[in-house]
Amino acid sequence: MDQRVRGPRQEAILSALNGIEAPALAFSGVTCRFAGRDGGEAYTAVADTTLRVAKGEFVSVVGPTGCGKSTLLNVAAGLLAPSAGTVEVFGERLVAADGVNRRAGYMFQADALMPWRTGLANVMAGLEFRGVPAGEAAARAEEWLRRVGLAGFGDRYPHQMSGGMRKRLALAQTLILSPDILLMDEPFSALDVQTRQLMENELLALWAEDRKSVLFITHDLEEAIALSDRVVVLSAGPGTRPIGDFRVDLERPRDVSEIRMTPAFLDLHREIWGVMKEEVLKAYQRQKAA
Amino acid sequence: MRLRILQLSLLAVLVLAWYLLTKPGLVPSFYFDQDNRAAFFFGEPQKVFWVIVDWFWSGEIWGHLGVTLLETALGFAIGSVFGLAMGLWLALSPTASAVMDPYIKGFNSMPRVVLAPIFAVWFGLGIWSKVALGVTLVFFVVFFNVYQGVREVSPVLIANARMLGASPRQLLRSIYLPSAMSWVFASLHNAVGLAFVGAVVGEYLGSSRGVGYLILQAEGTFDINTVFAGILVLTAFALLLDGLVGTAERRLMTWQPRASETEKV
Repeated sequence: MDQRVRGPRQEAILSALNGIEAPALAFSGVTCRFAGRDGGEAYTAVADTTLRVAKGEFVSVVGPTGCGKSTLLNVAAGLLAPSAGTVEVFGERLVAADGVNRRAGYMFQADALMPWRTGLANVMAGLEFRGVPAGEAAARAEEWLRRVGLAGFGDRYPHQMSGGMRKRLALAQTLILSPDILLMDEPFSALDVQTRQLMENELLALWAEDRKSVLFITHDLEEAIALSDRVVVLSAGPGTRPIGDFRVDLERPRDVSEIRMTPAFLDLHREIWGVMKEEVLKAYQRQKAA
Repeated sequence: MRLRILQLSLLAVLVLAWYLLTKPGLVPSFYFDQDNRAAFFFGEPQKVFWVIVDWFWSGEIWGHLGVTLLETALGFAIGSVFGLAMGLWLALSPTASAVMDPYIKGFNSMPRVVLAPIFAVWFGLGIWSKVALGVTLVFFVVFFNVYQGVREVSPVLIANARMLGASPRQLLRSIYLPSAMSWVFASLHNAVGLAFVGAVVGEYLGSSRGVGYLILQAEGTFDINTVFAGILVLTAFALLLDGLVGTAERRLMTWQPRASETEKV
């Protein structure tokens, strides 16, 4: 096609095609089965899941507790090989046996900071592993500490920091490597409501700077809608699979605490909760029975 | 400060009781049929004191003490390094661990003091037979702690380091080793004590130098005051070593939260 006659319509189609060609993350038919404890029955955590995260897209995955959300994330990280199905990262197949997903950063639910390293040394760790000279790594780490609001706290050890500070440190530790894909496993679930909303806003601000692809796992539907472009609902385990996929057309930039009050947000919340509620009840019944 | 005064008072009371009960003719003998028997079996504190003063004044003790401390230090260092290396290896290699398990258990249950005569035959009566005994004692303490420590490293910590790009080598250096070190330090007080035991017991069983040798000599001539003097000098230096370990631990383990420390927010 001639350059001159390419209108905005064609541009849109082309960029859409690009998005289809190489999604940042593409699960196809992923199934994860775990051997049962003490020779018991095998447990299917995730069954036949197909899910795509486009480049620059913020996708949240919500589902009842214990439904295999973290399993999905571990598969995307290359920490866990699926029993069946494949994961592609920007069009390249990910094989867990060959190592982890090098284009992804992972923020864990639990505290994953090295307790024997100071804040600065923790943020530097990734650069150090990649062979960046110590002086340069320290300078970049200082810069990241400042960006997450921890300037001047670099010489503290994790145990000397509050929960919110530790989460910000973990965020800096992950983002300093500028991963193309950000995997987040309920990163803020341990925080109190106020700190949590501050962290969510900070995350959105950092994300808006360079629009990474994000796969965000949470059990909190409000958090999912407030942050994402898309919300995927998972069914209750065992055999978890996506059962709903909702586009969140709320304008950005957003303030997570204010957006919760808008009618559009509430409509969306009602719609998604309608799908999710049954699964949450199912999971609850199953846990009670067990 | 008040605690220190109480501690010193207790010491004074004990020494005074020792003096009163052993001084011939001071307190009527109620157990032995002769007045000087108590002094013969238990020594006399003032005489023990003068033996110690004489040792340090004449400088006679320094050579012996130096030998004993050298044996302790070597036994401790070699045993710790072996224990650390072996602990890391077995914790990271399930096959090796499964193969070695019964042997490790066997060696650990064996009363290792019985090895002393064998070491004397193998390494002679010099310092190395004592070092070897110390090593066998220290090794297991450090080994078990490292083994446990490495296996209890949080899987999340390992996954995080891997996601940050750590190679297996870097994983060992920046996750497994520091994590194991905290367990090593937990066992260090024990390990130093055992290295000391190894050195003194080794000397006692056959040697020509060292504080254990001094005690053995004194015992041979029924010189109970010198035996007690040797025991007291050993105790003092064991306390000193323990203090050194405590200082090293506080220096190197600043990252560990202390129970009494408040969380700074």
